[in-house]
Amino acid sequence: MSRVHDVAVVGGGLLGAAIAWGLARLGQKVIVLDEGDVARRASRANFALVWVQGKGLGLPPYARWSVEASRQWPTLAEALREQTGLDVHYQRPGGFHICLSEAELDARRQLIEQMYAQGAPNDYGLEMVDRSELEKALPEIGPDVVGASYSPHDGHVNSLRTFRAFHAGLRDFGADYRASHDVDRIEPQPGGGFVLHTSGGRIEAAKVVLAAGNGNERLAPQVGLFAPMMPTRGQIIVTERVKPFLHYPLGTLRQTDEGTVMIGDSKEEILDDRETRVPVTTVMADRARRTFPLLNRLNVVRTWSGIRVMTRDGFPIYDQSASAPGAFVACCHSGVTLASMHALELAPRIRDGGLGGPPSSFSARRFADAPETLLNADAAV
Amino acid sequence: MTPMFSHIPADQRPTLEIFVDGQSVQARRGDTVAAALLASGLDVRRDSAVSGVPRLPYCMMGVCFECLVTINGVGNRQGCLIPVEPGMQVEIQRGKRELGK
Repeated sequence: MSRVHDVAVVGGGLLGAAIAWGLARLGQKVIVLDEGDVARRASRANFALVWVQGKGLGLPPYARWSVEASRQWPTLAEALREQTGLDVHYQRPGGFHICLSEAELDARRQLIEQMYAQGAPNDYGLEMVDRSELEKALPEIGPDVVGASYSPHDGHVNSLRTFRAFHAGLRDFGADYRASHDVDRIEPQPGGGFVLHTSGGRIEAAKVVLAAGNGNERLAPQVGLFAPMMPTRGQIIVTERVKPFLHYPLGTLRQTDEGTVMIGDSKEEILDDRETRVPVTTVMADRARRTFPLLNRLNVVRTWSGIRVMTRDGFPIYDQSASAPGAFVACCHSGVTLASMHALELAPRIRDGGLGGPPSSFSARRFADAPETLLNADAAV
Repeated sequence: MTPMFSHIPADQRPTLEIFVDGQSVQARRGDTVAAALLASGLDVRRDSAVSGVPRLPYCMMGVCFECLVTINGVGNRQGCLIPVEPGMQVEIQRGKRELGK
């Protein structure tokens, strides 16, 4: 059977585009099978933090993976700029998680202690800062702010431009991008390789990478993989543009390179992304104006909601199939933060055929109900 | 230089004083801020918040947002929708609104 494509990447969001870009950059013949414009796309709804602090409690390798992602982001941003001319405005001034009460401060302090107790990455640098120290970095904070945690690895980026840059780069590398190719069925072939049945026709490829976000849950079992997902809805508020006043991203509030102020981050079980709910945005806005009372005067220009890609335990899943060799799955919540790792670290391993090294810490074998068909990547290397 | 816009001679409405970047301007009662600015003869161009290029009021009916101006210390007001009031302090906006304004 002749195969035009080395790899079919299922999903053209930030995660799929990052992996596909990384593969195409290595000379692989890549086809990206994407949904249409109405896809529920976290890549267009996200908050655009490149965020490290607090991630990985319960799975230390995730904290290390996130720190490394932050370290690799400048390399990714520079590569995208060089290739496409697009500046994705990656900035890493360090970030704060603001606490608005003593109880929040205690909870944060406790989280940090736990992070260090389980074994934090080298140069983790996560620390609590008191109000007087915080005022030096954020002179506009209001009286309700009692303190914050700070990580030097935290930053933010223009995620929409990053998304565009990956796709511009894919085109430049000669990758085949197919919109409206919803993948229905994937058939591993007896002699190796895969046939993918899509709404746009039949596609053949030697390898397949599932990067379909929450859709991975349905596709993974077709190739012996496992992706238990638990999506949530988040809402975002955006204000009109103002002159730069906030030089650090906060966990729930940041000023974009274009001057707008974005306010997040809510969590609901509802999975309808066509509506926003005022009871939720009210709380978000109230916390924002307690953090910076001057925000009170700004006009809100838009609110939206989006569906988070979220695995059942919140940690990434990277796996390869033992029963269908050449099938990989990648899903995680942090498609923006981890874009550097997906493009620069994961893609070369997929090309080489094995997910050894750091990604092998994120196998879905950690779930009690995982199937036997997940390759033990440690053993494979 | 003759202003591009001026009040017609038949306009008998009483005048009132507003201030544009601190400078006294005679407006007519019922003028919008944008109309008063255009009739003032001053250079009332703002700088766009996006590209920094100079802009003037355009649609005069609340749609295009080209007339954004700081009024009595509040930025990004639509000058074409707000009637002048005696003593009003108008500032031509330079680029983006400021957080405290």
